[in-house]
Formats: sequence, structure tokens, C-alpha cells
Amino acid sequence: MDERVVSAARLLPDYLSQHVLLSAASLALGLLISLPLVVAASRHPAIRWPVLGFAAVAQTIPSLALLALFYPLLLALSALSQYLFGFGFSALGFLPSLLALTLYSMLPILRNGVTGLLGIDPAVIEAARGVGMTDRQRLLRVELPLAAPVLMAGVRTAAVWVIGAATLSTPVGQTSLGNYIFSGLQVENWVSVLFGCGAAVALAMMTDQLLALIEAGVARRSACRIWIGAGLLLAGIAAAAMALAGTAGRHGYLVGAKNFSEQYILADLISDRIRATGRPVTTRIDLGSTVAFRALAGNDIDVYVDYSGTVWSTVMGRKDSVPRARMLQEMRSALRREHGVVLLGALGFENAYALAMKRDRAVALGIRSIADLARHAPQLTLGGDLEFFSRPEWRALRDRYRLSFHEQRQYQPTFMYRALASGQADVISAFSSDGRIAADDLLVLDDPLQVIPPYDAIVLLSPARASDPVLRRALQPLIGAIPIQLMRQANYQVDREVDKVTPAGAARWLSRAAHLEAPSDGPD
Amino acid sequence: MISLQHVSRSFDGGRSFAVHDVSVEIADHQFVSVIGGSGSGKTTLLKTINRLTEPDSGRVTVAGKPAAAEAPHALRRRIGYAFQGIGLFPHMNVAENISITPRLLNWSEADIRARVEELVDLVSLPRGFLARMPSELSGGQQQRVGVARSLAARPSIMLMDEPFGALDPITRDTLGTEYRRLHDQMSLTTVMVTHDVMEAVLLSDRILVMRRGEIVADGEPQALLDGHPDEEVRALLDTPRRQAERVRMLLGNRAHSE
Repeated sequence: MDERVVSAARLLPDYLSQHVLLSAASLALGLLISLPLVVAASRHPAIRWPVLGFAAVAQTIPSLALLALFYPLLLALSALSQYLFGFGFSALGFLPSLLALTLYSMLPILRNGVTGLLGIDPAVIEAARGVGMTDRQRLLRVELPLAAPVLMAGVRTAAVWVIGAATLSTPVGQTSLGNYIFSGLQVENWVSVLFGCGAAVALAMMTDQLLALIEAGVARRSACRIWIGAGLLLAGIAAAAMALAGTAGRHGYLVGAKNFSEQYILADLISDRIRATGRPVTTRIDLGSTVAFRALAGNDIDVYVDYSGTVWSTVMGRKDSVPRARMLQEMRSALRREHGVVLLGALGFENAYALAMKRDRAVALGIRSIADLARHAPQLTLGGDLEFFSRPEWRALRDRYRLSFHEQRQYQPTFMYRALASGQADVISAFSSDGRIAADDLLVLDDPLQVIPPYDAIVLLSPARASDPVLRRALQPLIGAIPIQLMRQANYQVDREVDKVTPAGAARWLSRAAHLEAPSDGPD
Repeated sequence: MISLQHVSRSFDGGRSFAVHDVSVEIADHQFVSVIGGSGSGKTTLLKTINRLTEPDSGRVTVAGKPAAAEAPHALRRRIGYAFQGIGLFPHMNVAENISITPRLLNWSEADIRARVEELVDLVSLPRGFLARMPSELSGGQQQRVGVARSLAARPSIMLMDEPFGALDPITRDTLGTEYRRLHDQMSLTTVMVTHDVMEAVLLSDRILVMRRGEIVADGEPQALLDGHPDEEVRALLDTPRRQAERVRMLLGNRAHSE
């Protein structure tokens, strides 16, 4: 069997069980909140439109944005709770995903529930009152049983939506079947993308069918159907919980990674070294760029690799440019002082933002530096990755070199290189460690004004792991050990279109190529 | 005894009244029909007795106790209620429908089963119907179940709102006659709203005629048939008499020609 299928299948128990538990919890919470609202909205027309309108608005927010919005909101709440009650909570992963998906599940439940209750024959309601039922008895004995089939249809819709949208919880740090899709898309591992989609679709269809069985049971008053459907659903949830308890029971290290190939490779390299000491390791990949640092500072992850220029501008808020050595020195003390985060050291290569062109085109136009580019910019199209145009580096480049392009476009990094190759973009934002620079024969333009600060890859440890001996012993040998040529090659092995290697494979290659010895498990 | 004193009810904040300052007393074991045109307030008046409609002002007393003094659901469990819409619970079978009020009153299972069987006999339904769903019954059978359900907890008072109005003439006549028999047999007090003057005349001990929220005539059927000062009341009660005479003439003519 294809190695990519095998490695995808190995991840399935973890991804699937997390996906199942997240979806089930969101749906359960959604039902818990929606049902009282359904009853209230069906009895009081005055609140019907506000309730349904709110749910409809929540539904129109793109689900990815909804998930992203809950992260800063929860961070603020956590800080508030820390201040008021002396304890905070993790704003990453499960909680923001749960809340966003809960909100997402509510519209079909609310809409169908209200429709179901309002659709009951008024004569039946009058009879229920006439025979002497209290409001509560009328609801439980007459209205809910009669509205149940319509309500269940809404629950089915909600379940399918939630299972689909749960794949989007990966970027806020919640493992799900979306991990297959996000990382697969990043490294163009279509097997992984298809695997993730297929698993999510299969899960959604199975859940839908079981709920359909319950729905039929409710409609035909067949307790047998209801129990089989509910029993199988609960068995699935219990199996997921047990699978997860098996792994989460052990105390392990959490290695974070942002959402691109180099980060996956480095996360695997770090994980391998920790694992070699006999300690369990889990990775949290595809974290948003600023999510990663906050997660580290909040002890939601233990270690990850960031880049000095990124930390300098986005974490420390510095806009000035200082020499490399001084930057690292100031950063080390600032991170320790303000966040408790330890800067273990630089890996030895730089992954800086740069502007790159196809070499033949640059030569034809006589462009060698960004200063040359400025003269031709009004006729050219600039392609940037999703983050580039909102970053201070771009603003600095634009202002210092007076860059004004004919057009600016945003791409996923993978598609950005395609756009450059096909001529859709003339200049792209590139990363200096990207393997495709050498492979595609691109020219990285000089920065004569030194506007772009250094972007050394640096290993950061969370406050809780600041003086963890295992982590330090495992990772210290990496410091200064990875030259740019090796990193580019490793990246290219993952990014190239033929003969692709998984990030884990590239990490093993990098470890050998850089002559990194496996750490020994010395006495603690 | 049911007593209404100065009962008023408006559905538009007092600009017009569905029931306006009505006072009436209904003696035990009476069968009273309320007739009148649509919108005359007869249904509203009926529903103030079991508080399906709350009066804006005035006082309703049921069996010597103010209706407002107890919870509406408790009051309704003591009063049978049958209406044109029937409103059988579609997710419950006939036995479950009939036994609903005894169940709400926490009767024992044995008492409930005995009472359900007694009731299907009383309303002349085969016992085999007990397990059927309401959707499997004809309109007349459904209303038989409806009447059985309203009688289940042995109420002494029955309120009926055009109970046979949606049924075909033969079924309507049969059910009306049979109900009157039950009324006598169980010594019930019945208040029935109907738009069928003939039905009112044939079944009741006393007829109330309503117009624009007020009672404009009140008397035994025979007395009202004999004449009333109000012209509209006279016209209303003339209808059954004229119909009866025309039928008699038709029958007489046929007898001659044979």
C-alpha cells in the first residue's frame, strides 16, 4: 500500500476520536441551549424573530472566521478570570472549537423545532388544555412528541454541518480530521486531503443514518428503532472517548507547529528527539501564526520553532531594525521577562521574507534589487501569501522603497509559486529557506536598505518547561546545527510535486544529514 | 351549580366586547344550549367556565367555588370539555386518549383500565377500537372517543362547543340523542354551544340566545317556540318550526298521493 495511506491510517484513531468527541459535544451543547429557546420562541412571537435571526446571522459568518474569532475572545475571558478568580483556562483547541460549532449547530435545531411546534394542529393544543394538562405536561406529553420528527430532521442537518465544520477547528489547535486536509493541502499530499475528506464524509453519513433511524423511531413510535440508533451513537462516542483516554492518560510533551512544510519537518524533528528519550510526544500542527506564540505563552504547547523577525514585530511590537546578535539578546530577555518564555537558541538558518522573481524575467527587466523593482512595479503584479500584506515588513518595504504595484493578489503558499510560474504574478513574497527557490530557479531580490529584519529560526520553550531537563537535553544539540542549504533541501523534499517525502521522512533525512545524534536518556 | 356574575371579556382592549356583562345561573343536572349567530360570544362565554378564556371582569363560580380560586388545570380536570375540532392526540391510541385525564389525576392502572372499557361501551364503540390510532377512525367515531375522553374522570359538568357540528346529519342526530341519554343517566350538568337551533330545541331543557355578547333570550324550548318579544329571537326559533311544518306537509302530500 502507498506509504501516504499507511501513515494517514496510523493517525486515524487520534484524529477521528477527537473529531467525534468535538462534534458530539458541540451538538449536545447546541441541543441543550436550543431546546429551551425553541419552546420560548414558539410560545412568545416577540422573541421568535430575534432568536431565529441571531442563529441565522451566526450561520452566515464563515465557519473558519467564527472559529478564529472565539480564540481572542476566550483569551480575553481567560485573562479576566485570571485577574478576578486567580485561574485562567486554555483558550486554544477544544474550547473555542466547541463554542463556535455549538453556535453553528443551533440554526437548524431552532428553525425546525419552532416549525415543528407551530405546525401542531391548534385543536390538539386546545384539547391538551381542555383535559387539564399543565403547560409543562402539554409540552412533554403532546407538543414535543408531535414536533419530534421535524425537530429530529433539524438535528440531523445540524449533525452533518457540525461534522463538516469541525474539520476547520485544526487552525485553532484542536486536532480533528481537518489535520489531514490542512497539512495535506500545505505539502500537496492529496492522498492525505482525500483521506481526511473521506473520513469526514463517512462519519457524517453514518451519524446521519443513525439519527434517521431515531427519527423514524420517533415518527412511528417504535422504541426499538430509537434504542438501536441511540445505542450505536453512544457506543461510537464511548469508543472515541476510550481511544482518547488511552493516549491522553499519559503525560506527554506537546510540540507546536505553524501551517507550512518547514514547521511540520521541524516539529517532527523535535518530536523524534523527545521521543528518543522515552517520553510521549504529541504534535499540534497548523496553528495560526500568532496563535502559536500565545499557545506557548499559555502553556498550551511546550515547544515550537518561530522566527526572530516575526517575534520582534508581532510579539514585542518593535518597528526598529537592529543587528542580528543584539536582536536575539534583547529578545531572550524580553520574552523571559514578559512572557516567561525561554529562547533556547537559533537553529542556524534564516527564513526571512523576501521578494523573488523568475530569474529570466528579472534579467530581462534588469532587476537585481528591490530598489530596481520599484521602478518597474507599476507594470507588475505582486503575489503574497495570506499573511504578507498585513505584516509590518510589507508596509516597511512599500514605504521605504515606494513600491506601488499594478495589482496585489493573495495566495496559499503552494499556489503562489504556481502563479509565479504561470505568469499570473511577476513577483512573489518568498521565504529564504524555501526549497522551491533553488528548484524553480528564482532570483531573491537584494534588500539594499536592510528593511527586512533577520528571521533566524529560534526554538522557544513554554514557561512551564523553562527549565525542563529532558527538553533541554533533547533540543540543545539542534542549536546552530541546521544550515540553510539542508533546510532548503528538506523543505523541497516535501514541497516538490514528484517523489514527495512526508514531513516525518524529511525530518529523519535532516537529522542524518546534519549529523544529529539521537539524545541518550540520561538520568534525570 | 354554575354561576356567572357580570362577566365581560374583550379581545381588543375594551373597544368591543365578545361577552358583555353577562349574568346567568345554571342549575345542577340542567342541559342548557347556547345559540346565536357567529361572533355573538357564545364560545367565549362557554370557555370562561373552565378558564380556557379568562374574563376581564366579573365572577365565575363552579359548584360553589370561585373558578379563579384554583389552578386552571385543576379546574379543567373536574370539567369535561368536548369541541368541534375534537383534538384527539394523534400520537396516542384510543385507550390512551380516553385515559388522559385519569392519568393526570394519578388514578391506579386497574381503575383506568376498568374506566376506559366502561366508557367505550357507553359511547357505543367496539372494544377492539381501543388499540387503534385516531387517524384510523371516521369523524363520528373520533367524536365518540372525544366525548368518552371528556367524561373519563367522572366530571359532573360537561362543556360542549358545537361537538357534533362537523359530522354528517345522521351521525349528528344519533350522537346528539345518545349524549342526551348519557346526560340523564349520569346526572350531568351540560352547557352546549350550537349553531343548530333544531338540535338545541330537541336536546335541551333550556336555551340561551346570545347577540353581540349579551343574552337576549333565556327559557325552556317550548316557551321560546311559543313566541318572544324580540324579533330576531322569534325569527331564529321560527326556523325549526317552519322546517318541521314543511317536512310534515311533504310527508302528508306523499301520503295522499299513495
